Amino acid sequence: MVVAFIVTTPTVAILDYGSGNLRSAERALLRAGAAVEVTSDRATCVAANGLVVPGVGAFASCMDGIVAVGGDRAIARRVRDAAPILGICVGAQVLFESGREHGQTTPGLGVFEGVVERLRADRVPHMGWNTVAAPTDLTLFDGVDPDARFYFVHSYAATGPVPGATVATCDHGGRFIAAINRGAVSATQFHPEKSADAGAAVLRNWVRSLR
Amino acid sequence: MSIAVRVIPCLDVDAGRVVKGVQFAGLRDVGDPVELAAAYGEAGADELTFLDVTASVDDRDTVYDVVRRTAETVFIPLTVGGGVRSVSDVDRLLRAGADKVSVNTAVIERPELIGEIARRFGSQVLVMSLDVAPNPAMPSGWGVTTHGGRRLTELDAVAWAATAADLGAGEILVNSIEADGTKQGFDLPLIAAIRAVVTAPVIASGGAGAAEHFPPAIAAGADAVLAASVFHFGQLTIPQVKDELAEAGYPVRR
Repeated sequence: MVVAFIVTTPTVAILDYGSGNLRSAERALLRAGAAVEVTSDRATCVAANGLVVPGVGAFASCMDGIVAVGGDRAIARRVRDAAPILGICVGAQVLFESGREHGQTTPGLGVFEGVVERLRADRVPHMGWNTVAAPTDLTLFDGVDPDARFYFVHSYAATGPVPGATVATCDHGGRFIAAINRGAVSATQFHPEKSADAGAAVLRNWVRSLR
Repeated sequence: MSIAVRVIPCLDVDAGRVVKGVQFAGLRDVGDPVELAAAYGEAGADELTFLDVTASVDDRDTVYDVVRRTAETVFIPLTVGGGVRSVSDVDRLLRAGADKVSVNTAVIERPELIGEIARRFGSQVLVMSLDVAPNPAMPSGWGVTTHGGRRLTELDAVAWAATAADLGAGEILVNSIEADGTKQGFDLPLIAAIRAVVTAPVIASGGAGAAEHFPPAIAAGADAVLAASVFHFGQLTIPQVKDELAEAGYPVRR
């Protein structure tokens, strides 16, 4: 008897708008079991099972980059269709209503309520490995050791509250949102693709949720 | 402080090969930076730094290949330094898979480059690397050097660190030329002096010879410690350094 297994590999598009190192995210998502395409093509970003919005640097320049490739429209479309999105670092920050940098307020994509503001800590940027307090119903952290550390590098963050969202927090001069989920939209302030085994587990959980 | 103290091995890479004689148990090819990077990743390194010491411009392309292959294999942050002279150099390294670049001589010659890089890619990509030597002519007593400490500059090391941070450097790597290679411990007064003038993370480098040398560097104000030969020659392992830091009460990643 021949038994056929149909294994579906979820497709993930990584939005390419000229922001930093995308290679690590691409490789880490491949390892997590996705078929990955790094692309600035809007149709591909809309059609993929999952869309990753990366981002490093300044909020305003990331927003400019995203808008320049039509990423804002792809994201809005996916939000409307309840299609999964994962924002990473500044790619997570731009999902909020606005960002305040150097006294200047830049509108964000407004998927989540709230403002991204400068960390109030002695050491800024917040750079390095920190622990995250995640509630058990945040499935991104399924199977992740509560003492696990994730790699952060940022000077700004959202603090919430975000109505109806499940959030994990981190403390650096005060609590901020380290990870968030509401409906099909997830985001992490840390870099899962740079967070060794703990980050790999988070990405695996997200890719698994795409099936 | 709940953020972990970072332990960072540094590899000198020349024309795509690790130099400065590495003796690291269990590697097939101790000269391959990618294999060594993976071994350090397995051992619990919190970040990796490649210093491209390639003298010939023609051979510089090999570093991009090394960065590319490393980023595909090792999922911790990677900093690349050496020969970074322009925004387009930074762009190429980031596209190859680097997370940060360290700059040194080029920004001494042209400080505006700090702001140019920070505006384009954010401060977090920019590690300002300082080679510091005692210089009684400077107000702080420490001067910035270039060419591995052989040439003095007109810059006071402490004042220059503050200026670089103001211009947009996201981290300050403090390498004591005097302590480097002595294995007598980090230059603690130097670390403390620079810590006092910047809010950005400070990475201590130069002088590590034993596990007990690491906690005092953190006590002096460093957020991270970088070392090369003690790790390469197997005198110390990353877990040994982390044990020592943890015993001193500092958080580390396990």
